[in-house]
Amino acid sequence: MGQANPEGEKITRTIAVGAIARVEGEGALRVTVQDGIVQDVQLKIFEPPRFFEAFLQGRHYNDVPDIVARICGICPVAYQMSAVHALEQIFGLRVEGSLRDLRRLLYCGEWIESHALHVYMLQAPDFLGYDSAIAMAKDHAAIVTRGLRLKKAGNAIMTLLGGRSVHPVSVKVGGFSRVPSRQEVESLREELLWARDAAVETVHWIASFEFPDFAPDYIYVALRHPDEYPCNEGQIAASNGLQISVNEFEHHFAEHQVAYSYALHCSLQGSPYLVGPVARLSLNQDHLTPLARQVLVDLRIALPLRNPFHGIIARAVEILYALEESLRLIERYEPPPMAAAPVAVRPGIGMACTEAPRGILYHRYEVNGDGVIREAKIVPPTSQNQSRIEQDLRLFMPRLLPLPDYDVARECERVIRCYDPCISCATHFLNLEIKREGSA
Amino acid sequence: MKHDSPRSSSIRIIGLGNELRGDDGVGLLAVRRLRQAIGDRAEVIETEMAGVELIGLMEGARVAILIDAVQSKQSPGIIHRLDASTGPIAVTVVPHSSHAIGLSEVLELARVIGVLPPRVIVYGIEAGNLETGQALSAPVAHAVEKVVEQVIQECGACHA
Repeated sequence: MGQANPEGEKITRTIAVGAIARVEGEGALRVTVQDGIVQDVQLKIFEPPRFFEAFLQGRHYNDVPDIVARICGICPVAYQMSAVHALEQIFGLRVEGSLRDLRRLLYCGEWIESHALHVYMLQAPDFLGYDSAIAMAKDHAAIVTRGLRLKKAGNAIMTLLGGRSVHPVSVKVGGFSRVPSRQEVESLREELLWARDAAVETVHWIASFEFPDFAPDYIYVALRHPDEYPCNEGQIAASNGLQISVNEFEHHFAEHQVAYSYALHCSLQGSPYLVGPVARLSLNQDHLTPLARQVLVDLRIALPLRNPFHGIIARAVEILYALEESLRLIERYEPPPMAAAPVAVRPGIGMACTEAPRGILYHRYEVNGDGVIREAKIVPPTSQNQSRIEQDLRLFMPRLLPLPDYDVARECERVIRCYDPCISCATHFLNLEIKREGSA
Repeated sequence: MKHDSPRSSSIRIIGLGNELRGDDGVGLLAVRRLRQAIGDRAEVIETEMAGVELIGLMEGARVAILIDAVQSKQSPGIIHRLDASTGPIAVTVVPHSSHAIGLSEVLELARVIGVLPPRVIVYGIEAGNLETGQALSAPVAHAVEKVVEQVIQECGACHA
């Protein structure tokens, strides 16, 4: 590929990544270049949650949290939370007090676990010049050990509150099937204190990396809550001034199909937009916890972040945030009088958006008078970022074109990993295909 | 994930897989049988995801015996016994996790950071049918009996 045609006719250079490494799930990339100009970038995603939307039809609302938890092994809590909040909206139920705190604590566990995996195992090797976490661990065993222990701290929260660390089983409409004792929650504290210090070290470690100079013009979208860093509740806010209730999501955000991908693309009033840690942190810095705020000052990290490669910084800061927040929630925990509030089933339509580790996750359900799901709609964060990833690849590609295809493919994978795409959610792995046309 | 006792046993048997996907559940089903058969001679763990979590599950054990479904284009039900104690194993584990890091990589990561148990044996059972919602295929169901016997013998040898 990429040879000049001896007769000067236009030829095509196609660069293909057949299997994108170190991302959650399976996907491929195809880039077409003609006369040295990027013509087309297609991020292909293979296995969508569309099937889950169909599986949910006809099921009782009580089954929903356990079914949606199976969409993703990395962010099952996000799916459960968006589901129960949407269903609770239908039933006119608000979960408050300790139950609300426990949900927030559970979500913090998922952020810590998911972000630590991505920061240490999936993305850090890119900045330090290694092909894998194993290769990196040969030279940096202590750092990798720290990352694994951080992840485990998140797992411990999920195991205690969710019943197990993968696909939690305790979340239900109205609260939980079981809530922990004060002593059980207290047992998390010591390790979380260690993890909080490790998270500060993590941000310092990452800030020492060298980042490519790259600053696309983003529209950020994240939840905004008047009192707290967003997690389960808030309005949908965008950096272009939009601020809407979650119920208005579908009026402003449109999903559309593309022929080459199983994931639906999503746009905000016709434009690509960015969800996830960079957007969330940039729109919600006023709600950061003291140490998270301090580390940004100490390291002179200016917000909003503009560079997708800084996603790893945002994730590290959010690990620190989630640990401080977890410790705060543990401190004030008193077991609720009931593990779950009683549910009065009524028919209706409900929507909810919560902040999955990778960005806002929208669910809408229609339920009949028997509590049976008539329709379900799920818009995962990776679908929402898909157009933005393609757009950023188009912008980043020109500097890569002088490189041989193999190197272009590797660099494209690095760009894609910045977004921590969960291809399993949106639909395991990337295939890169670069098609070069013309003589350049 | 089910733990039978605090993580103190010197022999730990870990079944991996996803029982919603046909033969991918063989590791989980095998360790359930072993739990009854082996008593307190080993700690038995079931886990659905073999990511880096597995490192924590193995940590501190003297012997780790892992049971999982594998695919190597051989006849379903064939049992592969792979010794990972001193070097990498070449195995294509059934992709019950699409997430970033496979069983052999997890074992190597544990080795590199110095927490791999001194003895690690992987029993890989060749999978046939991986269709969602299906029971174990007949040859794989038959292999469960054999792998249970082999692991009991393996534990006996480890205690000796």
